[in-house]
Amino acid sequence: MAQPGWRDAPSPPDFSLLKRLARDQLIYLLEQLPGKKDLFIEGDLMSPLDRIANVTTLKQHEVDKLYKVEHKPIVSTSDQLCFLIRPRVATVKWVSDVVNSDKAAGRFRRYKIIFCPQKFYVCDAVLEEEGVYGDVTTDSWHFYLLPLDEDIISMELPEFFRENFLEGDQRWVETAGNALHLLHSLYGPFSKVFGMGRCAKMAYESWRELQEESEQKSRRADIGTVFLVDRDVDYVTPLCSQVVYEGLVDDIFRIKCGSVEFGPEVTSSDKSVKVMLNSEDKVFSEIRNEHFSNVFSFLSQKARNLQTAYDKRRGMDIQQMKTFVSEELKGLKQEHRLLSLHIGASESIMKKKTKQDFQELLKTEHSLLEGFEVREAIAYIEEHISRQVSMVESLRLLCLLSLTENGLLPKDYRALKSQYLQSYGVEHLLTFANLRQLGVLVEQQPGETLTVMESKVGKLVNDKTAGKLTDAFSSLAKKSNFRALSKKLALVPKSDEEYDLRVPKDMAYIFSGAYVPLSCRLVEQVLERNGWTGLEEVTRMINRHEFAVGAGGGGPEGGEKTDAQRVILVMFLGGCTYSEIAALRFLGRERGLKFIVVTTAITNSGRLLEALLDH
Amino acid sequence: MNKGKAEEDDYWHSSKYSAFTFDDDDYDFTKLKESQRAVNSIRGLVEDDCEDDEDVEKVSWSGEPVGSKSPSSFLRTSGDTQNHGFPKIQHNPPLPRQSSGYSLSSLFKGKGGLNTFRTHCKLEGRQVTITGCVSYSQVLIFLKRTLSKAILFRELAEREVALRHFIHLLKETGEQRILCCKIHLQLLQYKEHISIKDENQRKDFLKTCLSLPFSPDDSTHVQDHYMLLERQIIIEANDKRTDTEIFKKHPRKASILNMPIITTLYYSCFYHYGESEGTFSSPANIRKTFRISEKQYFLTALGARAKLKQWSDVDRLCNTTNWLGYTKKKSPIGFQRVVEILHKNGAPLQVLQDYMSLVDNTEVRVSLAQKFKCHDIVINTYKELKDRQQLIVYQSKLERGSPEYQVIDELIHSLNIRWKN
Repeated sequence: MAQPGWRDAPSPPDFSLLKRLARDQLIYLLEQLPGKKDLFIEGDLMSPLDRIANVTTLKQHEVDKLYKVEHKPIVSTSDQLCFLIRPRVATVKWVSDVVNSDKAAGRFRRYKIIFCPQKFYVCDAVLEEEGVYGDVTTDSWHFYLLPLDEDIISMELPEFFRENFLEGDQRWVETAGNALHLLHSLYGPFSKVFGMGRCAKMAYESWRELQEESEQKSRRADIGTVFLVDRDVDYVTPLCSQVVYEGLVDDIFRIKCGSVEFGPEVTSSDKSVKVMLNSEDKVFSEIRNEHFSNVFSFLSQKARNLQTAYDKRRGMDIQQMKTFVSEELKGLKQEHRLLSLHIGASESIMKKKTKQDFQELLKTEHSLLEGFEVREAIAYIEEHISRQVSMVESLRLLCLLSLTENGLLPKDYRALKSQYLQSYGVEHLLTFANLRQLGVLVEQQPGETLTVMESKVGKLVNDKTAGKLTDAFSSLAKKSNFRALSKKLALVPKSDEEYDLRVPKDMAYIFSGAYVPLSCRLVEQVLERNGWTGLEEVTRMINRHEFAVGAGGGGPEGGEKTDAQRVILVMFLGGCTYSEIAALRFLGRERGLKFIVVTTAITNSGRLLEALLDH
Repeated sequence: MNKGKAEEDDYWHSSKYSAFTFDDDDYDFTKLKESQRAVNSIRGLVEDDCEDDEDVEKVSWSGEPVGSKSPSSFLRTSGDTQNHGFPKIQHNPPLPRQSSGYSLSSLFKGKGGLNTFRTHCKLEGRQVTITGCVSYSQVLIFLKRTLSKAILFRELAEREVALRHFIHLLKETGEQRILCCKIHLQLLQYKEHISIKDENQRKDFLKTCLSLPFSPDDSTHVQDHYMLLERQIIIEANDKRTDTEIFKKHPRKASILNMPIITTLYYSCFYHYGESEGTFSSPANIRKTFRISEKQYFLTALGARAKLKQWSDVDRLCNTTNWLGYTKKKSPIGFQRVVEILHKNGAPLQVLQDYMSLVDNTEVRVSLAQKFKCHDIVINTYKELKDRQQLIVYQSKLERGSPEYQVIDELIHSLNIRWKN
């Protein structure tokens, strides 16, 4: 779909400014508690903090000892304690306990809590209830955005997803608005904002109010267009198995804050290695968006090239050798190291995936996406459960089944749920309740007439036939949003055509050519139409929370696109996957656009479902 | 509210001056000029308690707006959107408005607000400042403290979004018990069992959950949970001190407490196979109590017995006797899976072959046999299919002179077989 005449995609704005700002503000806040102090850091803030300031920086500003918040009594001899925490009730209670036990022991210290990225009202309420309000000073460190790469910015707030979409607590919406405001004031002014989802709408409003209050600076925009996407618009995509390299690495090794820890099975030594995965890793940046089936051949080609480069040494005279060592060798060694790491990772991925019979699993997923041979897919899931194969995997398949079929037939729901509880523990009743609340694993509302007919027919024929009939009837009975969306937006390419994964023709390549991610397709369609016109039927099915607005009060207008307008910020509220990022990168290359992904957190099927467990 | 205090309150409500806070008295703004500039540049997105000079709405105790400013920003009509900025989108979803004489509605209208509704007090000396529009949790905390529970729940019951915020707030602060008696949150109560570490206390707690108004299905599951733990406690107490052969040979890796039903069944098939149905620890008893399907039972028992290499048990598990007294082998999971499980557990070739020959589908049978190197099966199957070509292909993969090789040699030269090719 590459259109001739498109310029190359513009380069992304410089987001390192965000890191500088965050670091400077942290220093400023630390200086608010002059003198030596011990710093307690919330566990999940450690990695983000690590990306913007090192221990030396903290020491320079009189941080004496560093501790991880562990919700246990503390051992610190310092007279000043500083707590760098998320605005969570449990942590604030723990700080209160620390203060109260000092009080009981007659010990005087100064306490400061720095909330990141902001303080919630409930935090003050807890301090007050615990009787320590006034003993503790509080501040907020507005570290909203952490650039993970040149085109990925994370808010590092995985709890956003559960709290907003499951619990229905909207307090993080404002945080999203604040983050947007920060981006707008540094890289804006934006000229268009598109959105889908209820949370997107509220975040937009929250930002707009801030923007109205603040003065307008005139600067040349780096980013022109903004997209806000609620995770609940599309749960299918993040629940699919990832097959592009970066997604697979995340699924299997869990990338944390842009860095991954490869264990001994990858490094083929007895040590684990932490590697930053971003565009600076020249090997990684070339394979991250590739379908896994291409990765091996690419890596071996790369290895051959490397060998050739090394071989150049042969027959060099001293002078040439000197130049080689000073100019090339270091780079080659670095590349060598990275190459062997990624080869190790790929082998380890292969091993794990072969063991779990990945091929069968993918086949089942693809049938679900296609709505073809659903009975067989259900049997597969059933077996998965009865063999007690991975608890999260089984759940993932169940959710995919429900999402693609618009709910399970009541009898299937009952049977599969019972089986699941038997295999993985009855306490998963809570998990099922959560999944139902979220709408990702539900029972179909029975279409009465058909059900009656079905059961009558079912009595006359054997089970297998009845199953097939049930399929036929149910596909008549329900209007599945996913099916209808899939048809309307051509999400599932025709399966009779060969799909060449080395030369992808559309975003479906990220799922082996079986499925175009809904979230990204919506972005593509809206950009193409410069709004939602013509997508009325689609918006009805994604719950009508769509909007498209332009600066100056009017709707977005067409016309020649400036560079800034071709830089498009897509903000995922509730998380996005590396596969979605890969799809957007593909779209960007095709259309001469640069996508910047902002997300509340990087997610994948494992993280998404684990957030819904109640343990 | 006390009318006499109105004037004083009015000061707090409408004052444009900063509310006094305890964290702003020793700011030294001369420090770190550069950082400060940086911080200032992001000012405005900062929710800052002590900087109250923005144009914010003032809300009185009753929730009515104070002053001339229109009630709240989202009630503004789209007409007053400034031209240079972004327009308001129709605020959606509309938050429920109730016309109960109660003025809570106006409080609930403010969604995740940007400003602060302060009611914080230092322990010594409660003072109140209200500056600006409100957010849910702020209002809820305030109302929870000041309203009787009955009125609060009456109001919340009509506002789903607010109710969900409230539930989450209570879950976070560990006060969910307030809810259990008021709203039917059986699951929330059931959830508490997770935090009970002592198994007997946990069991007793689960017993109290049995009477909660669950749906019929869930009620069965909770009942199962209770019975399961009850059994596990008995089994655990016995097995901990048992030192029979099997426990010596295969020491337990972990306690059986709090394991899922299927894991418990596996455990019982492993350590208590063959016990009579009367005992709690017997597989038969567990199977019956928890209504375990034939297929599931077969799979689990097969796994456990194969792990112990008790091939005769595997045989018995598969044997069925018809009314004429003939025994026949049957597998509810298909013989392919049986073979795979047996192979995984290192079954001898003979055992594998016995089960492999029972695989109906010849294609599947051959591929299994090739995978696990059961030459006899491959050869016999091709012979059965009269497929000479395949036999020759297979022979070419074998070591010349090996017994299998010779068997095939004899076969393909045999004149008694009518080959199809």
